[in-house]
Amino acid sequence: MTKTQAFMNWIDARFPMSKMWKEHLSEYYAPKNFNFWYFFGSLALLVLVIQIVTGIFLTMHYKPDAGLAFASVEYIMRDVNWGWLIRYMHSTGASAFFIVVYLHMYRGLMYGSYKNPRELIWIFGVLIYLALMAEAFFGYLLPWGQMSYWGAQVIVNLFSAVPFVGEELSVWIRGDYVIGDATLNRFFAFHVIALPLVLIALVVAHILALHEVGSNNPDGVEIKKNKDANGKPVDGIPFHPYYTVKDIAGVVVFLIFFFAVAFFAPEMGGYFIEHANFVPADPLKTPEHIAPVWYFTPFYAMLRAIPPMFGSQFPGVVVMGAAIVVMFFLPWLDRSPVKSVRYRGPLFKSALAILVISFVVLGYLGVQPSTPVKTLLAQIFTALYFAFFLLMPWYTKIDKTKPVPERVTDK
Amino acid sequence: MSTDGIDTSRRRFLLASTSVVGAVGVVGIAIPFIQSMNPSARAQAAGAPVEVDVSKLAPGERVTVEWRGKPIWVVRRTEQNMEDLPTLNDKLADPQSQMPQQPEYAQNEFRARETNPEIAVLIGICTHLGCSPTYRPELGAKDLGGKEWKGGFFCPCHGSKFDLAGRVYSGVPAPTNLVIPPFKFLSDSVVLVGEDGGAA
Repeated sequence: MTKTQAFMNWIDARFPMSKMWKEHLSEYYAPKNFNFWYFFGSLALLVLVIQIVTGIFLTMHYKPDAGLAFASVEYIMRDVNWGWLIRYMHSTGASAFFIVVYLHMYRGLMYGSYKNPRELIWIFGVLIYLALMAEAFFGYLLPWGQMSYWGAQVIVNLFSAVPFVGEELSVWIRGDYVIGDATLNRFFAFHVIALPLVLIALVVAHILALHEVGSNNPDGVEIKKNKDANGKPVDGIPFHPYYTVKDIAGVVVFLIFFFAVAFFAPEMGGYFIEHANFVPADPLKTPEHIAPVWYFTPFYAMLRAIPPMFGSQFPGVVVMGAAIVVMFFLPWLDRSPVKSVRYRGPLFKSALAILVISFVVLGYLGVQPSTPVKTLLAQIFTALYFAFFLLMPWYTKIDKTKPVPERVTDK
Repeated sequence: MSTDGIDTSRRRFLLASTSVVGAVGVVGIAIPFIQSMNPSARAQAAGAPVEVDVSKLAPGERVTVEWRGKPIWVVRRTEQNMEDLPTLNDKLADPQSQMPQQPEYAQNEFRARETNPEIAVLIGICTHLGCSPTYRPELGAKDLGGKEWKGGFFCPCHGSKFDLAGRVYSGVPAPTNLVIPPFKFLSDSVVLVGEDGGAA
C-alpha cells in the first residue's frame, strides 16, 4: 500500500471522500449523446463561482451607505488595483448568469428534462431562477445610481399594490418611507449573505436530485433501462473524465466571450449597465425613461401590459408573478408520452417556438417606452406566453408523436 | 412502571405539545427580527413635518420640498388655472376625488384647503409605479395634446398625465390621483406639511 493510498484510507474512514468522488464524478454515468445544449449547466456553476469570488473582493472596498456607496464604486473603478476588472467581471457575470440560465432552461423545455422522474430537479431549478432574480435585483441597488434607485423604487412599489397590507409591506421592505440608507444596507445584507446561501443550498439540491435520477439526454431515453452485466448503463459514460473534459472545452469558449465583453463592452450599450446608473441616485429627480436590466424586461412588459383594475395596480403584479409561478407546474401540465422535442409532433414544436418568440418580443418591449401599439403587442404576447403553459395539457395530449428509440442515437 | 410495550398516546401527546411549544417559540423569536426591519426610531423621527414658506411663491410657480424623503410639490395656481380646472372634469378618471387619495379637507374641486384654494400640496410621486412626474404648467404644450393641455404634470416613465390639482387623466397607466399629504396653513404664508392637527 502506497503512502497516498494509506492517506486516502485514513480520510475515507472519517469522511466519504472517495465515495463522493465516485458517486458524483468517476462513476456517475451520464448519457453518451450530450450535445451543445448540455454545456450550460456547468457554465452556470462556473458563473456562480465567478460571482462569489469577485463579489468577495468587491465587498472589501464597497461601502453600503447611501452617502458613500456611489463614490465607493467609482473608487473601485479608478483607484483600487484591478478594481475595474473585478467589478466588470461581476457586472458582466450578472448578465452572463441569466444568459446561461435561460439557455439551460430552454434545453430543459426542448428535451422534456422536467418530466417524470425529474420534476424535483425542475422545481429546484425554478427556485434557483427565482433566487437568482432576487439576488440580481438586490445587487442592482448597491451602486446607488439613478437606475439602481428608481428601479428599486418601481419594484418595491409593486408590493404596495397588494390589497390591504400593501403600504405597510412596502415600508417594511424599505425600512423607511422611501428607498434610503436603510434599504441599501439591508439589500446589501440580502445580496452578500442571505441569497448566496440560499442559492448555493438550492444548487446542491438541484445537483443531488439530478444525480439521484440521472441525466436526461437529447433523445429523452432513460439510459438506466439498459444496463450491462455490471449494472452500468450501456449508453452511459462516466462523467469524469468524459464530460469534465468536454465541459472544460465549453468553459474555454465561454470565457473568451465573457472576457471579450468584460474588456471591450462591459456596459453592452446600456444593456448590462444602464447609462443612467452613472449618475448618483437622486430621490427628487426621476430619469426620463426607466427600464429594468434586460433579463427582467419580459416580466416588466407583462406588468405594463395589464391595465389597472378597480383603481389598483395589483392585477399586473399578479400576472407578472403568475408568469413565474406557472413554471412550477410544467411537469404536470405536459401530458405527452414523449420527452424530447425530437419525437414530438408539430403542435409542441410550434408551441415552443411561440414561447421563445413571445419571451424575446416581451423582452424587447420591456426596454421600450410604452405606446398604445406596444402595449397591445405586449398584451398579445403575454397571452401567448401563458397559452404555452395553460393550453399544454390539451396540445400535448392530442399531438402526434414519433416512436422513441430503445437506445440513444448518434445524432 | 409499565413494561408491556409503549404508551403511544402519551408519546403522541408529548410530540404534539413539544411541537406546539416549539412553534410558539419560533413565532416569538421571529417577531423581533421582522420588527427590526420596520423604520427605526431615527427614520420615524426624520419623518417629522416640514414648514414651507409660500409668501414668495408667484402664481404659476412650484416649489419642491422633501418630507419623509418624498418630493412634496407646493404650487400656487394662476387665476387662469383656477378657471380651467373645473372644465377638465370629463377627461379625468376621478374628477371628484372619490378615491381616498387625500385628506377629507382636500376632497373638493381644487383639492386644496378652502382658506387658500390656489395653493396645491401634492406628493410628487406617480401613482403608477412611483416615478416623479415633471411640472408642465405651460398652456397648450404641443407634446401633451396642444390646446387641450391646461397645465399639469407629466410622468416621463410611462406617460401618465395629471392636471394642476394632481387629478389623473383617464386612459393613462396611473390608476389614481396624486396623493395629497396631510397639511395645514400656519398663516397665509406658511404651510406645514406632514401634520394637519388630526382635524379636517
